[in-house]
Amino acid sequence: MTLKPTFHTALIRSFLAVTGLALCAGVAAQTAPPLEGTLKKIKDTGTITVATRGASIPFNYLDDNNKQAGFAWEIAQRVVDQAKKDLKLAKLDVKALEVTPQTRIPLVANQTVDLECSSTTNNAERQNQVSFSTTFFVVGARLLVRKNSGIKHWSDLVGKNVVVSAGTTAERMLRQLNEKNKWGINIILAKDINENFLTVETGRAVAATQDDIILFSNIARARNPADWEVVGVPQQKEAYGCMLRKGDVAFKKLVDGVITGMMRSGEFASLYEKYFLKPIAVKGSVTVNFPMSPDMQELLRHPNDQPL
Amino acid sequence: MHYTWDWLIFFKPSVTGEGMYGLMLLRGLLWTVVLSLLAWTLALGIGLFAGVARTLPSRTARYLSTVYIHCFRNTPLLVQLFLWYFVVPELLPVEWGNALKQMNPTTNQFLTVLVGLTLYTAAKAAEQVRAGIESVPRSQKQAAMALGLGTAAAYRHVVLPQALRTVIPPLTSDFLNVFKNSAVALTIGLMELTGQTRQFSEFSAHPFEAFIASTLIYVAITYGVIVLMRHVERRTRVPGLLGAA
Repeated sequence: MTLKPTFHTALIRSFLAVTGLALCAGVAAQTAPPLEGTLKKIKDTGTITVATRGASIPFNYLDDNNKQAGFAWEIAQRVVDQAKKDLKLAKLDVKALEVTPQTRIPLVANQTVDLECSSTTNNAERQNQVSFSTTFFVVGARLLVRKNSGIKHWSDLVGKNVVVSAGTTAERMLRQLNEKNKWGINIILAKDINENFLTVETGRAVAATQDDIILFSNIARARNPADWEVVGVPQQKEAYGCMLRKGDVAFKKLVDGVITGMMRSGEFASLYEKYFLKPIAVKGSVTVNFPMSPDMQELLRHPNDQPL
Repeated sequence: MHYTWDWLIFFKPSVTGEGMYGLMLLRGLLWTVVLSLLAWTLALGIGLFAGVARTLPSRTARYLSTVYIHCFRNTPLLVQLFLWYFVVPELLPVEWGNALKQMNPTTNQFLTVLVGLTLYTAAKAAEQVRAGIESVPRSQKQAAMALGLGTAAAYRHVVLPQALRTVIPPLTSDFLNVFKNSAVALTIGLMELTGQTRQFSEFSAHPFEAFIASTLIYVAITYGVIVLMRHVERRTRVPGLLGAA
């Protein structure tokens, strides 16, 4: 009797295949040389996968010439250069992989991505899955409103429609605030940073909540920047760091060293000027115009990798 | 893989202070089920009309329903949804548009997705209905007319009872697709099951547990639909009409 390939035999076969793979992986891990984790992978494959975002201006974006650019992207490039030097590689290929807020953590955890530098907040929940480098930016969530909206403070939002990007730390903050004070805010969730702004622009929401720097970059790109303003005192500060594999001490040391080195040498300050104070090549030319905050100046004096 | 599993995460309080993480999935499930069932019921009605209209002798009816079906069946659902949500309110008279936009956002999102999903699904169902009608030999309709039945009566008593039974199996796929397609709702901010799963995964930083759980929920829903439709098929089957008796 011949056994027809049924669902069950297929199941058994795939089970055997998976077990086989797991066994192979186990053997490979046992014979690993002293170089470990991300650095070993970089050396063995001659490639490094760096995550990027399509439109997180000015941290990661495609500029008008369709080239990857951005403040965080350049920091990642410095890390790549340093890794190449430390590992004495003649050639190191950089693979750029576009991620979204939803995919970035799984992709770092399952080791598809070696390094993710973008507008990613360092917090306790995420530290369960990934490690964060030295902080390279400090932000606080604020409100983007039309100048004539009459909204100046968080408490002016009672009973109004407010939009926030889904799944962000800003959403978490807004929900906590709403729940605690019983303000009855209608929270509208937007898919990404651009849709977030579109929702206030079309009048569906009176305000958009987001990390302040992103709001300023929205205004810079708006059709009529003079119509908009950023209000509300930040309720809490947040630290952006580069994500890398959890517990990868050697690679973290390298990344931290690069960022701290840039802060000490003044390179960080000039990079800041390039992206936050001078025109960048987006939609012709826009200027974010966001002078360094006292928190950022403090960070430059005392670099650290703590969530805020 | 460096991943910290935590299967008890479903019972841990959410960082937003709005209850347990597991509750997020339940809230999402409720939206998915309500949205999909409503959209499917409405789509069946509209699809029946549009499908019948495509086979009627009247040229206007045929033309109108063909245009409708082609527009809605041949463009991506996501694009349609964006048009309904962002473009349509701007095309309406200003007061109407503003009234729409100032509605309770969740109601507004729900109604928008309901309209989008219904019209998209109905266009597909209409094609199934048309195919079913065309599978009934034309001679039967002619015979019915010869006996003195009008077009309406011939459809009502002769053509449709056979056609609709024939299309139950292909309609099952469309029924399943409604549940899966309802996930587009998250792109305009209605947090149905997939949307809540993404929120869950973002807030808790336990993406794999969240997505595994919602995958199982989707499988359970669709399996339920399949069982139900098998039952319906068996009850309505005309022996000899569809392959195996």
